Amino acid sequence: MAYLNITDLQKHYDNYHALRGINLAINEGEFIVFVGPSGCGKSTLLRTIAGLESSTGGTIELDGRDITELSSSKRDLAMVFQSYALYPHMTVAENLSFALRLAKEEQSVIDEKVKSVSASLQLDKLLERKPRELSGGQRQRVAIGRAIVRQPKVFLFDEPLSNLDAALRVQMRLELARLHKKLGTTMIYVTHDQVEAMTLADRVVILNAGQIEQVGTPLELYRSPNSRFVAEFIGTPKMNLIELDNVVRENDTLHLQLLNASIDFPVSRTHGPLPDKIIMGIRPEHMHLVETGGDLVGKVELIEHLGSEAYTHIRLSNDQTIIVKAPARTSIKDGEQVHIQVDRNEVILFNDNNRVFSVIAEDASHD
Amino acid sequence: MKRSITRLLMAPSVILLLAWMIVPLSMTIYFSTINYNLLYPGRNNFVGWMNFEFFITDPGFWIAISNTLILLISVLVITVVLGVALSALIDKPFYGRNVVRVLLISPFFIMPTVNALIWKNMMMNPVYGIFAWISQTLGFEPIDWLSDYPLMSVIIMVSWQWLPFAILVFVTALQSQDTEQKEAAQMDGANGWHIFRYLTIPHLARPIAVVVMIETIFLLAVFAEIYVSTGGGPGYDSTNLAYLIYNQALLQYDVGVASAGGLFAVILANIVAFFLIRAVGKNLTV
Repeated sequence: MAYLNITDLQKHYDNYHALRGINLAINEGEFIVFVGPSGCGKSTLLRTIAGLESSTGGTIELDGRDITELSSSKRDLAMVFQSYALYPHMTVAENLSFALRLAKEEQSVIDEKVKSVSASLQLDKLLERKPRELSGGQRQRVAIGRAIVRQPKVFLFDEPLSNLDAALRVQMRLELARLHKKLGTTMIYVTHDQVEAMTLADRVVILNAGQIEQVGTPLELYRSPNSRFVAEFIGTPKMNLIELDNVVRENDTLHLQLLNASIDFPVSRTHGPLPDKIIMGIRPEHMHLVETGGDLVGKVELIEHLGSEAYTHIRLSNDQTIIVKAPARTSIKDGEQVHIQVDRNEVILFNDNNRVFSVIAEDASHD
Repeated sequence: MKRSITRLLMAPSVILLLAWMIVPLSMTIYFSTINYNLLYPGRNNFVGWMNFEFFITDPGFWIAISNTLILLISVLVITVVLGVALSALIDKPFYGRNVVRVLLISPFFIMPTVNALIWKNMMMNPVYGIFAWISQTLGFEPIDWLSDYPLMSVIIMVSWQWLPFAILVFVTALQSQDTEQKEAAQMDGANGWHIFRYLTIPHLARPIAVVVMIETIFLLAVFAEIYVSTGGGPGYDSTNLAYLIYNQALLQYDVGVASAGGLFAVILANIVAFFLIRAVGKNLTV
């Protein structure tokens, strides 16, 4: 029995079906990230768990208790909002203690808790300030502190870092990871930023159009996506999706034919019947630029130098564009003709329903 | 060189605005020091402080001052308290909200004279007014509002006139209240009253200050409602400073004394403004 159980959760708005049967089991202490494009229902799902939206079907159980119909204050959850939602007329100390004061805790208990939380978040010098006198990062910490002080069973984060600048975002991300390690409390985190999802999560839940597309550890999702949506969503730059000219089956081998190349793929790594149309997925780092030979030939259109590496955008002779990772100090120039070698173990095959019907090669795992 | 050109270019508007204020003010000051009665033209000799003395010692003077302040404070309290309550009520969506809003705002579009006539003849008339009808239906003696409670009647009329303004400002302010803050409070265990008390009221502090300031400016000079309904009476019971000045100037044709009264009104307005800005002005800097 998992800690937080979501069973067939539905949410209908007047003429919009926002959540289409969500099933999810979250274990105690896990860091779960909901990620997906805007409008996929991730925020709605979080708000439904929080009790800020009522569900129109299904159940939510927390720690063996059905909380589907409970008001949000009775659910033992705390939420950090995107806008931080600090109470503007209260000082930091009053913001932190608001929930405790409403719960009519003793003043000495409140003081003690506010003191320890503010010390752990380096807010102790700011306690008398109003939110408008704080920087973005400080406001963020107050919002987190306000959640911690209540010692909830689950923390909910609704895109908490999206209002911060890039440098601060990286720093706060680290602080959040550290906080999770220290508290060990279950956390659910919503973001549209796949980097945050990959770096923070124990498990990532990818949502698309109100349904769960895939659940797994960040590496699982990266290495073996089960649909084209997940494959494209995770990873920067995106996975290359190449339309094959033809696929020929010969005994236990598939010959994936593209232009002059024929890439051999063992039938044992596929499941189900062979679809009519196959799309090959391969990540930029699993192709290599070689001097001669290789599988494909193309012309470099653009090179993006990122310092630690470079991404070359290459146009093949059938006008498809692919991205290939190159070493940082590559000598390749725009317009140059290059040869590309494809790492066969990392090839993923999609059928005409955009589902994956191949499995990753065993020997290629965790290289 | 450059600076003198800017000054030159600004001069026409500055001079115009200055003249606009200075000319009437200095003429008022001048009139207040001479004997200037329209019934006795030509005898405009300098009389010093006599007009002021005359105005202060008028039996209605202190009553008018206190009536002005009672009217001001009562209407402010009624419009702010009722305004906050009503706008909080219609902030949540319900069926027919737009109609209710329009109805709540509409008294503001009725001109003060018409407002006073409606109240005087349709509502408060002891014979065929609605209040009288209600009292009679319930078996009570009808109240002659305008004779028995003249100041209270004026307060009711003016409050009815100004409540929509307060509602208009507060409804707009409530719409700018952050919903995430309310949700955060909800998760912190706050009920509707807590949210109203700890989030909505502080959020409305600035709009309340604005409403109080603007209404004060207009409420110090309430005139039409009194003129149309009670005529300042009975006696001086519903005479405020503005009405007393009118009384001096146009009923007794004494421009000199009326000018002196006008200067008292300026002083009173400044005293009220001073305390008001000290009290509520600090909210505006938030």
